Amino acid sequence: MSLVIAHYNYLLVIFLMMCGFYMVLGRGNLVRQVIGLNIFQTSVFVFYISISYVDGGAVPIAMSDVEVYANPLPHVLILTAIVVGVATTALALALVVRIKAAYDSIEEDDILEQDAGR
Amino acid sequence: MIAEHLLVLLVVLPLMAAPIAFLLPGGRWSWLVATLTSWAALGLAIAILLRVMAAGELSYALGGWAPPWGIEYRVDVFNALVALIVAAMAAAILPYALASVERDVAAHNHNSFYAAFLLALCGLLGITLTADVFNLFVFLEISSLSSYLLVSQGRDRAALLAAFRYLVMGTIGATFLLVGIGLLYAMTGTLNMPDLAQRIPEVQNSRAVHTAFAFIVVGLGIKLAVFPLHQWLPDAYAQAPAAVSAFLAATATKVALYVLARFLFTVFGAEFSFGVLPLKQILLPLAVAGVLVGSVLAILQTDIKRMLAYSSVAQVGYMVLGLGLASAAGISAATLHLFNHALMKAALFMAVGCVVWQCGATRIEQYAGLGRRMPWTMAGFVLAGLSLVGVPLTVGFISKWYLFVAAIAQQAWLLVAVLVAGSLLALVYIGRVVEVAYFRAGADDRVQEAPWTMLLPLWLMVLANIYFGIHARFTVGLAERAGALLWGTGL
Repeated sequence: MSLVIAHYNYLLVIFLMMCGFYMVLGRGNLVRQVIGLNIFQTSVFVFYISISYVDGGAVPIAMSDVEVYANPLPHVLILTAIVVGVATTALALALVVRIKAAYDSIEEDDILEQDAGR
Repeated sequence: MIAEHLLVLLVVLPLMAAPIAFLLPGGRWSWLVATLTSWAALGLAIAILLRVMAAGELSYALGGWAPPWGIEYRVDVFNALVALIVAAMAAAILPYALASVERDVAAHNHNSFYAAFLLALCGLLGITLTADVFNLFVFLEISSLSSYLLVSQGRDRAALLAAFRYLVMGTIGATFLLVGIGLLYAMTGTLNMPDLAQRIPEVQNSRAVHTAFAFIVVGLGIKLAVFPLHQWLPDAYAQAPAAVSAFLAATATKVALYVLARFLFTVFGAEFSFGVLPLKQILLPLAVAGVLVGSVLAILQTDIKRMLAYSSVAQVGYMVLGLGLASAAGISAATLHLFNHALMKAALFMAVGCVVWQCGATRIEQYAGLGRRMPWTMAGFVLAGLSLVGVPLTVGFISKWYLFVAAIAQQAWLLVAVLVAGSLLALVYIGRVVEVAYFRAGADDRVQEAPWTMLLPLWLMVLANIYFGIHARFTVGLAERAGALLWGTGL
């Protein structure tokens, strides 16, 4: 039990990751897949942020009376990854808009059926 | 002055040219900017390769921050060769794209098309040069995002869905890589490849490192389209505009293979990848399945671009097989096939693009009589196809030969049989197109030869297939050095 409590951040990450993964893999609404992809990526962001915490560490801003800081580097890395994630989401949604215009549907099965007929 | 900044210039140049290409009015100016940039990049890549061949290894500290704290660019023979392939493919395919893109892509999208092409080039070159694993992830995403955009520009509306699926799969792959990098960072506290290579042995028995390894290999497996993670590839390559199919088929999976080799042999080290963890027992069956299933599926296709795409899945199988053999000879053979397959597939996709340009034919039966109507295009297709099969005097023969030698050295007779079977299956699917094109009468007399701006790059590729097939010493020498380097001391 203590193991579970000590590593609750990892459990949260795994739970989020699997939720997102499940939403992406289940074939269906394209917007749902994009949302799933977002949750999937967010789980990794949480993972990076949580590993950067140092026990008893302060906010990583240089101060005279503090000895232990949290590691700022993963935050910086994840800032970049968030930007990448935003770009991915924007592109995915733009594609969904174009798909909606071309097929008048955002259900994957429906789209595949329309193309299979040709 | 410029000489010391060569490494970073190769990445910055296409990055800077991309917004210029985007802002210029009209597609032709954007095309000119993109083409000149790619030629300059080719020049830089050649200069880097020559320096690396003389000096052994180049290192560049980005922004003057010394590694391992700052981002380091580090080039040895292996990545110099991969960077050269990427730059050379862009330089050959962009001239071809001028005519091809005019018919494939809507006119108002031309400038963004070339901007995305340049960004894809920037990303792919960045991946090959960087020695920082997080930087590698960022470049991977730059190249992937721009490739999704390029794929979505295909003629058919199905291109949109293909691009969407490619995006979903690609993002999952990249996120897996990110998880792996995070775990490695948590265990070692570094992102620099040589530094990681030093620190991983201390913690190599921890489960976190094993998990990181699994995430990285699977994530790269998606990008590499290794069987059974290849589902995105046939749709994406079949629906993309001709120039994009040629470029991605020749570069994207190759760069992913480079990254896989880099992680397996340099970062984790062969002893960990193949000794501590049973990677050989995983990679070899997947490679064999990829070769056989990919080839058989290629035979079953009626769409010629899908056929070539499935053939790519099979060819990726050969390269993974080379890595999976876990020997210096195997790595050299994989490197050699990486170079040679880029030449073959670029030529094949370019030839198919010429046919699509002329008569929009994508199904094999529509190729009837094209042998006489488009003699240059189809002759190019046949020669590149022979190279794919592995006929002597072509590059295909050279890389198959070295794969054979590497497999025989380990007395892996089953793998030798698979290599032979793969070649025979390739003969079937290439032969089928040749038979239709040359021995069946076509209905349409109006079809003419493609314009010379497309034929010239196509034949450049075809002649490269033959040139490097006869004068193989240059590529074989480099591949052998790369193999020894990865297998031996590492970065």
